[in-house]
Amino acid sequence: MEMIQELRLKREFKKVFNIRVLRGFLSIVMFVVLWQLVVFIKVPYLENLPYPKDVAAGAADAAGSRTYWFGWGISLIRIFVGFIMAQLIGIPLGLAMGISRTFKDFTFPVFEMLRPIPPIAWIPLAILFWPTRELSIYFLVFIGAFFIIVINVIQGVSNISVSLKWAASSLGARPKHIFWRILVPGSLPSIITGMTVGMGVTWNVLIAAEMIAGQGGLGRMTWEAYTNNNIPFIVVGMVSIGVAGYLCSTLVRWLGEKAMPWKKRF
Amino acid sequence: MSNRNGEGVLSKGDFGEVRLEGVTKVYEKADQSQRVLDECTFSVERGKLTVLMGPSGCGKTVLINLVAGYERPTSGRILIDESPVDGPGSDRLVVFQETALFPWMTVYSNVIFGCQVQGVSRGETKERAGHILKKVGLYEFRDKYPSQLSGGMQRRAELARAMINDPKIMILDEPFRGLDAMTRQLMQEFYVGLFEEIGRTNLFVTHEIDEAIFLADRVVILTFQPGKVKAEIEIDLPRPREFHMLASPRFMEIREQVIDLLYEEASKAFAAGSKAAYDLMGAIVARKGACEKCE
Ligand SMILES: Nc1ncnc2c1ncn2[C@@H]1O[C@H](COP(=O)(O)OP(=O)(O)OP(=O)(O)O)[C@@H](O)[C@H]1O
Ligand SMILES: [Mg+2]
Repeated sequence: MEMIQELRLKREFKKVFNIRVLRGFLSIVMFVVLWQLVVFIKVPYLENLPYPKDVAAGAADAAGSRTYWFGWGISLIRIFVGFIMAQLIGIPLGLAMGISRTFKDFTFPVFEMLRPIPPIAWIPLAILFWPTRELSIYFLVFIGAFFIIVINVIQGVSNISVSLKWAASSLGARPKHIFWRILVPGSLPSIITGMTVGMGVTWNVLIAAEMIAGQGGLGRMTWEAYTNNNIPFIVVGMVSIGVAGYLCSTLVRWLGEKAMPWKKRF
Repeated sequence: MSNRNGEGVLSKGDFGEVRLEGVTKVYEKADQSQRVLDECTFSVERGKLTVLMGPSGCGKTVLINLVAGYERPTSGRILIDESPVDGPGSDRLVVFQETALFPWMTVYSNVIFGCQVQGVSRGETKERAGHILKKVGLYEFRDKYPSQLSGGMQRRAELARAMINDPKIMILDEPFRGLDAMTRQLMQEFYVGLFEEIGRTNLFVTHEIDEAIFLADRVVILTFQPGKVKAEIEIDLPRPREFHMLASPRFMEIREQVIDLLYEEASKAFAAGSKAAYDLMGAIVARKGACEKCE
């Protein structure tokens, strides 16, 4: 009986799934048709828009060119250097602030003063401060992820229920056990949230920084397409940035799932 | 620190004894102070199961936190085998009112946590864990995470995690709360069997009158605000306990006595407007009715 029910459920699920995929596909087709139409009938203010086929041709060109893939590489390296540095410094800092009241009292006020400054506002100072442009960009990406991860780790530590710590100490755990086996895994969900949000912000910051100060990278490429008045390539750049950001977020989400097997329910 | 390697995996070792002497706990709030426990004196005897009862909000959890060493009494002393309590220790194990399994560890990792942090050898840990998991019927589920278990299984996992350490004293704060009636009854039966096999010193908190009498060697009843010891009742039902005893005349007699004592306190708590006390009252009135009918 139960198995039959399960099979039926599966079939139903498949049907729904297929319809939804179809709808998703249709929505993309409709978007492209609408785009074609807008360009074709020359809607005011949108006359400069390229045809979808021009963009597709631009994309094909880009895919065959070495500089385009170089741009990807440069941007990804910048993201990962800045992002990983932010985690390496931010996670221990957040844990320390979450655990020690004294440490938090000394550090949190300054932290809270700097946190509301939008990362992009750091651009001028970063360019002046660091000896190379590359370092300034790493720094800006770092800022984009740093404050978010720290605030999330603090939150994560304070959300761990006191009865878990009590249970651990009643089982004979000493402070080092409580730290590594309770506080660290207990704040992991917040750490992953902080990383996911931070990854989104770093792409914003990176693109702005590259457009203003960068040499190479997806953001710079898009900006150069603008200065060369190559509109199809501007669109190719935009889409590439979107795809890159999406891939990076997916990577973080995947890491989160790997790191927290207990969150998976079935 | 108790880290004895008895012959049996669940050892019949040296259990502890708890004495409370004039224990008072006052919480200072913004402008007033609340006297939660007032001059509590009683003992939890060695190898016996003592049940603590009282209306909701009378300070049972506070008392347990004091015995566990998480908090300190405002005045009075708590002695374990004649030495005063000074912070938490692995000689006392607490099973909390809310589930406190570590969500990020599998059942197995939860259960062996105590052994690992106390540096018990791998071989022995494995042996003890296997034995205890079979005992609580969770051996097949050892690789699951707590969120994948039912409420009753989570409770058993917690009991296993506590028992593997072979503590001198087990402290349980409403360990069967939130289980459905059937599971609860099975857990009571399971626990009483376990207790009778091992005979560990137990301090057990519950709201359930039948559960209290069924499990206990002695019931301690606290008054409502401030919490004082109102009565101590020896439960002289024979062991091993079985469920048909719930219908025995002696059981009824004791229950009547306990209900009368609790009724007074519950009505005080009810007058003080406690919702949980209202629930307890409801339960008591229903039982009183049932008792009168069966006589
Ligand atoms: N940390 C605390 N600070 C201030 N007041 C507290 C604190 N802990 C408990 N209390 C107060 O002590 C009283 C007793 O609380 P406690 O949790 O011990 O009740 P209880 O008997 O365990 O009730 P229940 O059966 O509902 O669990 C309550 O009025 C509560 O508000
Ligand atoms: Mg309580």
